[in-house]
Amino acid sequence: MKVPYSWLKEYVDIDITAEELQEKLFGCGFEVEELIDLGKEVSRVVVGEVLSCEPVEGTHLQICQVNCGSYGNPIQIVTGAPNVYAGMHTPAALDNSTLPGGITIKAKPLKGIPSDGMLCSGEELGLNDDLYPGAEVYGLMDLPKDTVPGTDIREVVGMNDYIFDVTITANRPDCQSILGIAREVAAALGKELKMPATDYTVSDYVFPSLDITVEAPDLCPRYLGHGVRNITVGESPRWMKRNLALCGLRSISNVVDITNYVLLEIGQPMHAFDMDQLQDRRIIVRRAKDGEKIQTLDEKEFTLTPDNLVICDGNRPVALAGIMGGLNSEITENTTQLLFEAAKFARDNVRKTSRALGQSSDSSARFEKGISEYITELGMARALHLIQELGCGEITSSTFDCSAGAPREGKRFTASLKRINAILGIEVPAEEVLRILKNLNFEVKRDGDTLDVTAPRYREDIEVGEPDLAEEVIREYGYDHVIPTFLKAATVTSGGKTPAQQRRDRVCRILCGQGYHEAYTMSFYSDSDLDFLRIPEGAPERNVLRIKNPISVNLSIMRPLLAPSLVNVVVENLKKGNNEGRIFEISNIYIPRDGELPDERPHLGFAAFGDAEDFFTVKGTVEALGEALGLSFDVERASDVPWLHPGIAAYILCEGERIGCFGKLANEVTGELKLHKDAKSNHKIFLGEIDYNAMMNHMAASFRYRPLSVFPSVVRDLALTVAEETACGDLMHEIARACPRVSDVELFDIYRGEQIGEGRKSMAFKITFEADDKPLTPEELDKYIKKILGNLKFKLGAEIR
Amino acid sequence: MEQKIKALQEQMEQQISQIDTKEKLAEFWQEFLGKKGAIADLMKGLGAVAKEDRPAMGKVINEFKVLVEEKYQALSAKMDELELAARNRREQVDITLPGKGLPLGGLHPLTLVKNEMINVFASMGFDIFEGPEIEDDDHNFTRLNVPKDHPSRDMQDTFYLENELLLRTQTSGGQIRVMDMQKPPIKVLVPGRVFRSDSDATHSPMFHQMEGLVVDKGITLCDLQGMLDKFVQQIFDADVRTRLRPSYFPFTEPSVEVDVSCFECGGKGCSLCKHTGWIEVLGGGVVHPKVLENCGIDPNVYSGIAFGIGIERITMLKYGINNIGLLFENDMRFLKQFKE
Repeated sequence: MKVPYSWLKEYVDIDITAEELQEKLFGCGFEVEELIDLGKEVSRVVVGEVLSCEPVEGTHLQICQVNCGSYGNPIQIVTGAPNVYAGMHTPAALDNSTLPGGITIKAKPLKGIPSDGMLCSGEELGLNDDLYPGAEVYGLMDLPKDTVPGTDIREVVGMNDYIFDVTITANRPDCQSILGIAREVAAALGKELKMPATDYTVSDYVFPSLDITVEAPDLCPRYLGHGVRNITVGESPRWMKRNLALCGLRSISNVVDITNYVLLEIGQPMHAFDMDQLQDRRIIVRRAKDGEKIQTLDEKEFTLTPDNLVICDGNRPVALAGIMGGLNSEITENTTQLLFEAAKFARDNVRKTSRALGQSSDSSARFEKGISEYITELGMARALHLIQELGCGEITSSTFDCSAGAPREGKRFTASLKRINAILGIEVPAEEVLRILKNLNFEVKRDGDTLDVTAPRYREDIEVGEPDLAEEVIREYGYDHVIPTFLKAATVTSGGKTPAQQRRDRVCRILCGQGYHEAYTMSFYSDSDLDFLRIPEGAPERNVLRIKNPISVNLSIMRPLLAPSLVNVVVENLKKGNNEGRIFEISNIYIPRDGELPDERPHLGFAAFGDAEDFFTVKGTVEALGEALGLSFDVERASDVPWLHPGIAAYILCEGERIGCFGKLANEVTGELKLHKDAKSNHKIFLGEIDYNAMMNHMAASFRYRPLSVFPSVVRDLALTVAEETACGDLMHEIARACPRVSDVELFDIYRGEQIGEGRKSMAFKITFEADDKPLTPEELDKYIKKILGNLKFKLGAEIR
Repeated sequence: MEQKIKALQEQMEQQISQIDTKEKLAEFWQEFLGKKGAIADLMKGLGAVAKEDRPAMGKVINEFKVLVEEKYQALSAKMDELELAARNRREQVDITLPGKGLPLGGLHPLTLVKNEMINVFASMGFDIFEGPEIEDDDHNFTRLNVPKDHPSRDMQDTFYLENELLLRTQTSGGQIRVMDMQKPPIKVLVPGRVFRSDSDATHSPMFHQMEGLVVDKGITLCDLQGMLDKFVQQIFDADVRTRLRPSYFPFTEPSVEVDVSCFECGGKGCSLCKHTGWIEVLGGGVVHPKVLENCGIDPNVYSGIAFGIGIERITMLKYGINNIGLLFENDMRFLKQFKE
């Protein structure tokens, strides 16, 4: 919110610099996001008195001798402005002066004629008519003759001013005005607050038949109306225009300016209806009818629902409550009588309507945060006072006050000094507490430790009890009084990660050890990401949680699968020329559930891409993971995972349970990636996804060491020939099953060739035999081998080579 | 005989000086020291020597044998040495060739920083709790003292799902869940993923927070600053200090914004701290009594402090990352820089 320094000074005697005030405000909870020095960009520009003008023949230029006071008298300046005349007082930018927009003026000849500066227009100084009358005149600014040559122009045109751009926290809607900030400044400086005048006198006139009814007091707890007649619409006074302009508003007309002025000054959004446009001279505050329409001042049309509050006349909506007036009843230059509205509307209703319709305004911004009824009363009185002060209307006796009956006094409660200090952890002297609360307009009576407190009416944020008072006290007393203590009174507790959290760290470390880098991807993506991975309609993954208000459609569903996110990471990397990489992520996937919070299941997703990768390098990762966790994984062909190659994909089984899958990205997906088709690495994308909890559930709760056999193990090699389609895994499985003494089977060679024959292959295994109870004799081993061979031949048609 | 030995010695000396291979050395051994070698011959010839001279002659032969053996051993050792040196030379590798181990992966910087933060608070006795990312209104707002009509709901642009569910905008809901399950003393840290509909150079629609909560008897605002002092000193630098300034959160009262003195410039002012000497790092405050009440904890007996830290913010400050987007792009060149 913009707060001009000069405007603030109308209410408080500020005897510190703008920078010091910025610090003060910061200290008591009002961060000044930007301190704008209005004249910052202007330097060495002074009032110049044009002594003489001498036209240069054949040009539009004139050579002026200018009295610049102590800066030089005369100084020769050449100007092309047509409105220059001898005797004119006008801004003179001297040699090495600066103007807004980073412009520097240097002494340099114009068409060969020496010129030691530049005479300026209002626009060149960054002014407009509202900030300084006459600033928008074509040509040079014609300053009053009583300005003294050589005076810094910033003092003359009011640019020696600052604007504080203050951030107001959501709990302080009472500070959404110049007056609100002035109150805080007065309290912080221990100064008196000079209230703006709110007195006015009313005539005997009463508008016949004018009536106001509030039919929805829940959405409009207070509605004040006051009739004004004999309006003379005209210009606003200079001080009003300037203050509006400093806050970024253009002057429109006295009546409209008054409503804007009260909004900025008091914080009460005002509205003025043209009385003659109100049908039946009626105001009814009610919920809109379904389908009812209104066209607002900015000529936008909205179709309403009963969730929206409208101000209606006898027939139709004339304003969208708290947001914007209707075009049908706006103040025009022909308005002669009007009805002022100052109201309090329910903040959440204004917010919802504003969001739903996509229509907002300075008024709605204030209503959304909350307006107190005190401000509503003050705003109306101030507006009527300004009508009278500006002499632009007659204040009638037609006055209305519709109230839902909220109390008209501040919250009153008792509080304990001790408890205030107990919250803070320091001893703030009682006199300090009392002084601070008094400065903040709290009424306080002290009886020993007990304070009888009445909060100011505008402080609706204050809740009964000590915490709010503690905050008020410490922000004024100063946070530098807090003495850090390290949990002085707290019970000693043990702490740290749970075993499950520690196990998860371990899984991450295992994968890092396998060359994988941890990735963080967004928890949401879009349906098209599922389409891209060929997830069919009706698949369980299509049952997703949808975001009702996504930032974009690309981030609109909570992901049911990590794979699409990881594919995107791989593709983005390949696009950047990162031709290889291994990544993993453990993150939740989300499954809707009826009547309770969704199921958030952590999944472990991983991807490997690049020339060096193949199915088996990735399988190596899976095996290493299983081994490190003490789990035994089996694989089973996965030809029905839509995003994986049907021939190069496997399910991961742990104790017979499918816990995930991995493999090569399906050809049809790879083919559609927006990547160079000829780059080899673009075709080597492998990925997998594991249901993390399903995997971890198989982990043994505890680990115990297995005694070592005292007898050495024995290794025998066995070369077999089998049909080409026989799977290695089946052979290994049968070898182990055939003999309980087999402790390990390892494939060490595959051979295909003439000796083996068409359609067959040779596979050579290292088989380790072990016995705990006795040494194994060669005869026993021969017996085992024979048994193994018999089994393999019978079950898999394997022959010894 | 003596002459024969002398002649043999000369022959031996001459021969050994010319040996340059192990084969020749072996021949030499055969010739002199072998079963049918010269010295064996000499020994056989000892029979022909007069009986009284035999011991003396035997001694001479033996001395000669020892000499030959010494010579042989010396040369053999020398040749072994040379051979080893040659072999070593042959086997030498270019040690600057790349190593062959599997390249290591690494944890994401957000995980590194999160773990570092957890370690600091775990050592202070904090448990780690992770709540659901999808919450109901009750846990994300209402019980945290943010009523339905409260404007502070706008401070956090919330993503809504069907059935009154929403993506949590803060991990504070986790605090409620902890206080529902556990009664004081409570020291808990709630790290996790949170969501707000906001996206630019410093905002991501998904980011990570870590909230801390202490509920016990006699906990004060001073404890909050003391605890956070320790935290920032361990995370940033032993010399940094914190500064509290007033702020507003619905679930704490008083609420504070916590700044740390700039660890780049020591508070003198630099571009990192925008020349203020201070960097905003987190928010916190004294737990609002209503929040305690909402969880069945008597605020007349217990008090609490709470704080919330943006993990991205700390990560970006620590590593000098200036765009939050980098943290979620997962560019391998970025990820590979972070090791652990």
